Amino acid sequence: MKNRKKESKLKKKILKKQKSTREKKIYYLTYTTQKITLKHTYYYSVVPFFELKFSSPVVVKMRGATSSGGSGDGGMADSAPAKRNSRKPQYSRFTQQELPACKPILTPGWVIATFVGVGIIFIPIGLIALFASEHVVEIVDRYDKDCIPPNYSNASLQYIQSSKTNKTCTRTLTVPKQMKSPVFIYYELDNFYQNHRRYVKSRSDKQLRSKAGESDTDNCKPEAVTSTNAPIVPCGLVAWSLFNDTYGFSLKNKALDVSKKNIAWKSDQDYKFGSDVYPKNFQSGGLIGGAKLNSSIPLSEQVDLIVWMRTAALSTFRKLYGRIEVDLEANDIITVTIQNNYNTYSFGGKKKLVLSTTSWIGGKNDFLGRAYLTVGGLCLFLAVSFLLVYVIKPRPLGDPAYLSWNKNPTGQMSWNS
Amino acid sequence: MTSGQPLLRSSDPSAPSQRHHSCSFGSLGCLCHNDSFNSSITDDPQGNSFGLDHLDKGDENLSVGDTSLHSPVRESFSSDVTTQQFHSVESLHIKPLSLECPTQDNTRLVSWGPMELLHGNNNSTTSATFEISKASSVVHAKVGSGASSSLHDKLGKSQRKSRHKSLQFEDNVFCEEDARLIYINDPRRTNDKYEFTGNEIRTSKYTLITFLPKNLFIQFHRVAYLYFLAIAALNQLPPLAVFGRTVSLFPLLFVLCVTAIKDGYEDWRRHRSDRNENNREALVLQSGQFRPKRWKKIRAGEVVKICVDETIPCDMVLLGTSDPSSVAYIQTMNLDGESNLKTRYARQETSSAVYEECTISGLIRCELPNRNIYEFTANMEFNGHKFSLSQSNIVLRGCQLKNTDWIIGVVVYAGQETKAMLNSAASPSKRSKLESYMNRETLWLSIFLFIMCLVVALGMGLWLAHYKDQLDTLPYYRKTYFNHGKDYGKRYKYYGIPMEIFFSFLSSIIVFQIMIPISLYITMELVRLGQSYFMIGDRHMYDSSSGSRFQCRSLNINEDLGQVRYIFSDKTGTLTENKMEFQRASVYGKNYGGSLVVADQLQEENLSAAGAHRRLKIKSTIAVDSELMKLLHKDLVEVERISAHEFFLTLAACNTVIPIRASDRSSSCAETQRHEDVETIAYQGESPDEQALVAAASAYGYTLFERTSGHIVIDVNGEKLSFDVLGMHEFDSVRKRMSVVIRFPNNDVKVLVKGADTSMFSILAKDNERDNHVRHATQCHLTEYSSQGLRTLVIAARDLTEAELGLWQCKFDDASTSLTDRATKLRQTAALIECDLNLLGATGIEDKLQDGVPEAIESLRQAGIKVWVLTGDKQETAISIGLSCKLLTTDMEQIIINGNSENECRKLLADAKAKYGVKSSNGGSLNLKCNKNAEIDYLEIAEGKKEGIAKVPLALIIDGNSLVYILEKELESELFDLATSCKVVLCCRVAPLQKAGIVDLIKSRTDDMTLAIGDGANDVSMIQMADVGVGICGQEGRQAVMASDFAMGQFRFLKRLLLVHGHWNYQRIGYLVLYNFYRNAVFVLMLFWYILRTAFSTTSALTDWSSVFYSVIYTSVPTIVVGILDKDLSHRTLLEYPKLYGAGYRQEAYNMRLFWITMADTLWQSLVLFSIPIFIYKESTIDIWSMGSLWTIAVVILVNIHLAMDVQRWVYITHVAVWGSVIITFACMVVLDSLPAFPNYGTIYHLAKSPTYWLTILLIIVIALLPRFLFKVVHHIFWPSDIQIAREAEILRRRPDHLRSRPDGCSS
Repeated sequence: MKNRKKESKLKKKILKKQKSTREKKIYYLTYTTQKITLKHTYYYSVVPFFELKFSSPVVVKMRGATSSGGSGDGGMADSAPAKRNSRKPQYSRFTQQELPACKPILTPGWVIATFVGVGIIFIPIGLIALFASEHVVEIVDRYDKDCIPPNYSNASLQYIQSSKTNKTCTRTLTVPKQMKSPVFIYYELDNFYQNHRRYVKSRSDKQLRSKAGESDTDNCKPEAVTSTNAPIVPCGLVAWSLFNDTYGFSLKNKALDVSKKNIAWKSDQDYKFGSDVYPKNFQSGGLIGGAKLNSSIPLSEQVDLIVWMRTAALSTFRKLYGRIEVDLEANDIITVTIQNNYNTYSFGGKKKLVLSTTSWIGGKNDFLGRAYLTVGGLCLFLAVSFLLVYVIKPRPLGDPAYLSWNKNPTGQMSWNS
Repeated sequence: MTSGQPLLRSSDPSAPSQRHHSCSFGSLGCLCHNDSFNSSITDDPQGNSFGLDHLDKGDENLSVGDTSLHSPVRESFSSDVTTQQFHSVESLHIKPLSLECPTQDNTRLVSWGPMELLHGNNNSTTSATFEISKASSVVHAKVGSGASSSLHDKLGKSQRKSRHKSLQFEDNVFCEEDARLIYINDPRRTNDKYEFTGNEIRTSKYTLITFLPKNLFIQFHRVAYLYFLAIAALNQLPPLAVFGRTVSLFPLLFVLCVTAIKDGYEDWRRHRSDRNENNREALVLQSGQFRPKRWKKIRAGEVVKICVDETIPCDMVLLGTSDPSSVAYIQTMNLDGESNLKTRYARQETSSAVYEECTISGLIRCELPNRNIYEFTANMEFNGHKFSLSQSNIVLRGCQLKNTDWIIGVVVYAGQETKAMLNSAASPSKRSKLESYMNRETLWLSIFLFIMCLVVALGMGLWLAHYKDQLDTLPYYRKTYFNHGKDYGKRYKYYGIPMEIFFSFLSSIIVFQIMIPISLYITMELVRLGQSYFMIGDRHMYDSSSGSRFQCRSLNINEDLGQVRYIFSDKTGTLTENKMEFQRASVYGKNYGGSLVVADQLQEENLSAAGAHRRLKIKSTIAVDSELMKLLHKDLVEVERISAHEFFLTLAACNTVIPIRASDRSSSCAETQRHEDVETIAYQGESPDEQALVAAASAYGYTLFERTSGHIVIDVNGEKLSFDVLGMHEFDSVRKRMSVVIRFPNNDVKVLVKGADTSMFSILAKDNERDNHVRHATQCHLTEYSSQGLRTLVIAARDLTEAELGLWQCKFDDASTSLTDRATKLRQTAALIECDLNLLGATGIEDKLQDGVPEAIESLRQAGIKVWVLTGDKQETAISIGLSCKLLTTDMEQIIINGNSENECRKLLADAKAKYGVKSSNGGSLNLKCNKNAEIDYLEIAEGKKEGIAKVPLALIIDGNSLVYILEKELESELFDLATSCKVVLCCRVAPLQKAGIVDLIKSRTDDMTLAIGDGANDVSMIQMADVGVGICGQEGRQAVMASDFAMGQFRFLKRLLLVHGHWNYQRIGYLVLYNFYRNAVFVLMLFWYILRTAFSTTSALTDWSSVFYSVIYTSVPTIVVGILDKDLSHRTLLEYPKLYGAGYRQEAYNMRLFWITMADTLWQSLVLFSIPIFIYKESTIDIWSMGSLWTIAVVILVNIHLAMDVQRWVYITHVAVWGSVIITFACMVVLDSLPAFPNYGTIYHLAKSPTYWLTILLIIVIALLPRFLFKVVHHIFWPSDIQIAREAEILRRRPDHLRSRPDGCSS
């Protein structure tokens, strides 16, 4: 009896194999045709789009031809493995979410290494930055108050607004250390919101760029057109408020040349300010905001304007005025003749004249170096303290004793029961 | 009162209904006045069925105790008197009429109810002892309906519509004007008066012309888009123009375009499939000949011929088939997912006409189109005859014709009116819990937004007030035109301080708009789509036996899968395979099936002589009991032998199974050596139980050989016997039995009945003492079977006398052709013969557990999920299944609640609570709603231990009867307390709506996530009620799947779905949400700090495009990629330590605390972002665009590195996405700075040359992330979460046994 059993089992196996190989293809096709209708009927409800398959009507005919030959029973039973082949999600490491992956964990080693690494990188940078900053020599001279004659000390506004007063003011600066050329001349304004939205927007880049855009002054209101509706070039509040203090330098009674070359960005000069655009109707309105422009020089050469038009990010800002191309020795006394024209008195803004050398980090700025040193030090400190923590109170990684249900032995009991 | 004259009555009752029928035949219009009657029995299923259950019990008692009483009662079924009572009882049920349940099963259930009630009333009139039972039955009904009506309110309103539809159909029984008239083969006349739709279908939403407006209209239904629109509109106002006009429209246009393209593509695909479908051809009778016609041109009333394997183009009434017995086989796979063949019949009258090829003409009156695919009511006038049509006469669109050469039918419903089309409904949309929490936090964010805007606005006001006098002399602010001319002295964009404050407020909203992470919703949608893609593609969730993949039908609740606390599971088909196997039989009081031998061998040994025409069935080999086999082959004529004979005849005959024969020579070459004519018979049937029984009967030599509507052929040990089928009362879930009346070859007429024990024992004959013995024995066996987890059926039969037969036949014909409430009438007719039966025996069928169910349940339980089983089965069966699937263990204390009245239930509950020390949280039950609940549950076991009472794990077993009372208000909370303190809850004998009620019990009282899983139509309400509904694509059709959010092939996939995908999805989405909040807030805060330094003027240092691109291009891709691909733990670890799932329901990945921590971190990071450059570039020449450029790059790198710090699994795609975004940002900056049109032209080139720029970025990133990193590390060292530990263990490749063995050592 046992033998028979085995025999019949074997036979069935063979049978199945034969059948499935014979009918596999056919039922695969069948399946896809069924799919059409299925999808159709339940379109709204099922079948995300990546599952759909379309097949041609030819396949339908094939099904018709074959199934009449196959028996009902066998067909039904054996179509299952065929479906399996077509339906089972394809294996790929992507679809099974088994892509090779790097799985970082916060091991003590990594943590300490990170802190040490940051410390090691940051401290030298900080030192170098600080060193660079120390080498920058900077002379800052606030002159807005001192340049008001004593008799106008209480009426500074009146003084600055009047066209009759003498605005010339002479200052002397002592060079503390040797300043190697080029020495940059900046003016610094304070409490001047060049970043005010109304101000920033009040310009027309199109107009600045080319002659063709001259009449594009929509954004420039209220400094857009003259009373005769002729466009102002350059229009807008930014241009209108152009800084107009001037500085003359002399060392030992010898005038120092102030070079205005390359004080504006080259890209601005070349592309943003057109060489065919000439100032027109500028500062002709009822209110004069600042400097006037020589209408015979194209905008691309008006470097002061170009510098000014790069509006500052903050309300306290410096702008490059020019460069002194000679070295200044320590204890040199420089006499500066200032034409104090620009009105910052109405809003209490300070005006400063700055002479400075530069380094790779820019001007004199200790913050960067100090910040880097601080962070680097902190990181080293953290590295040490974590090292101590790991030594004193180590937690073995992946130790199940720390699992929440293991901390609570009663819980463990109940789960096992 | 009726019992006194039973015989008289028994002949009487047909009279009134007869009258009805003559009436209905006379004129259809007359039927309308039946409406009230009919509608009132279309009652709520609950109440009645409970009442019925209860009564059945009563009957059992009665039948055991007092047999003599019973027979008279039986016969007084449909007397006038009771009909009146019937009406009066109905009146109690009229109110919950609107409760109509969606499925056909229920409606049947419903209309059966009153009959049973009536039955109860009879009892009470006969015997005083049953007075109570009557009273209570009415009360039950009331209680039940009350309970379910309250339930009903809780059920989704979305269902109401569909219900209403089917209700309408039930109600509107055929008033003449509502009927649909189809003139056969006269489409013109058919379509003349009525505007029936053509057969063209349109599933597409748009056409080329309507696409744009309609799509936009639909898109703007979303709040998110309206927000975008409002912001864009605000920005168009001149005083507010913060961004350039085109720039501000970009986000909106972008989203609209993406969505429109997606919609358009989908719709184009629908168009294409519609076109394919519409252009298929079918043979249509045109001027006397069948000619091909396109599907879309087919009209109602036309006669269509379908050949084998073709798909049916529309709903048709069968007129004729190629089969002489006018049977057609169809496969309804596309409609209900059942792969077995169904039989449909053409009426003999029409099919003969078709055969004779005479012109077919006639009139069909049918109901209006509805979506119920299991019902069809119509009648047909044909050649002067009038007869009824039912569901078995109609073939539906989408089905395929099988095993039948051709059919001819007349189109009744076409196109959109077909049942298939009416049934294609959108899946329900749910909102995930995490998303609702997210909305709460979004509210916080909008509060922040409001505060920020207020600060800016007030600052603006103060600033303006301060500089009020200088406003015109400030070089950077101008409110007046000073140019001489027409504008002189006019105000320029200045509307006074209050208005400026207001405008400033609005414009700051524009600037800060992305604080409300609208893009998050779109991101989440994409992420869920990706997650679904992986869930669907998971090969571990592919069911090879049914070839079904996992399906995500709802894309909104992926993350809910990671937070489930309660699983409500159906039993049959969900835990079990729903593939039945005949195991045990009790024949005439004797138990068989203890020792089984495989049939083949036995038959070969015993019957090799008779094997000339033997049929082999390939599909299943059934083990048979040799003793029973011997009994069958005894030649003795004794009661036992006859009983056994009838027993198997009943098994073979009393069913709806269709044998499909096929000679199978080619395949069985090996075996043909012995049996030349090997034929295979496959049984196709709707019920797996029946298939099992028929197969079993065949194994014992009673092979069902052929079945047509009129007769069946049974091969009894090689001898073919033909039986005429006089009538059949199909199984319904109220009656719980089916019967068939057959005429034996020797002209005996018998009624063969099989049914559930509860419904059968009450209708057995009671006079015989010997029978009594058999009955006792059988009952013992039944208890034994069900305690083994077998499904039991009781088999009985009875001879019919000519008189009975005549009476029954008369009524049966009436009932089966009746158009109004046919079901009820058939039930009444059935009751006429289903009484006084002789018990033959009982069967035990095993419903095997699905693979891996015990393991899955064990894992889920370990994961802290409570698994409740809700089943319609008997208590014993439920308990045994519970034991076998390890839901129940032997050391559990079982609390069984079996109350028959409210007080009893209350007492039982109170006792149980007292005994096991369950703390009452009666008043505080609502407090449980808060999040604490999760923790409470988490520690609950520990607490129990401390008290020393609830040491033993508890299991609650409760039956549907008790639930009727308990689901009433006050006891509900008692049950809740008890149930939540039990480890296991088993509910048996529950009705579909009760299942939903239990789900609602948990859902409304706790904040815990519920999941319902089931496979049948009876689980639909539960699936829709639960937070997550899972459908099993099983044997019972598609309804559960259609209602579900997720569908899969096997229960065991649930483990993987929840523990692996649920966990991943939850972790991913949780992180995604927090990260998106952070990402947007850090950017907005950075802008905010800067605005405070620009005289509150809402200047943004960033260029317009960068601000817009930030959330769209610069930072969106990595979040999506991480949201889809990141995983904290491998699936192996997650499956091995199910307890890791707890992180989900403890809400560890997303909660208020994390939100605030994230926000604090955001604040710090934004401050660092803002102030480091400020300090570094203090008093420098930096311009606003350089600063903006620096900030843009810094913030993008910062958020990407922030993300990178949290990525747990770096695959190459993650690398590409994260570092790619940084690179793309640089690229965009370069492009934006290379266009001379912008004021920021050339900035990046200038900046990149400066080392300070790079050092600043590095400094920002390190300082900004330092606290976060520190927090992470400290947390990791001192308070590691379970997930972190498991992750370490996984990655460091600790052996799993190491992990497992340690805890034991620890706990001991």
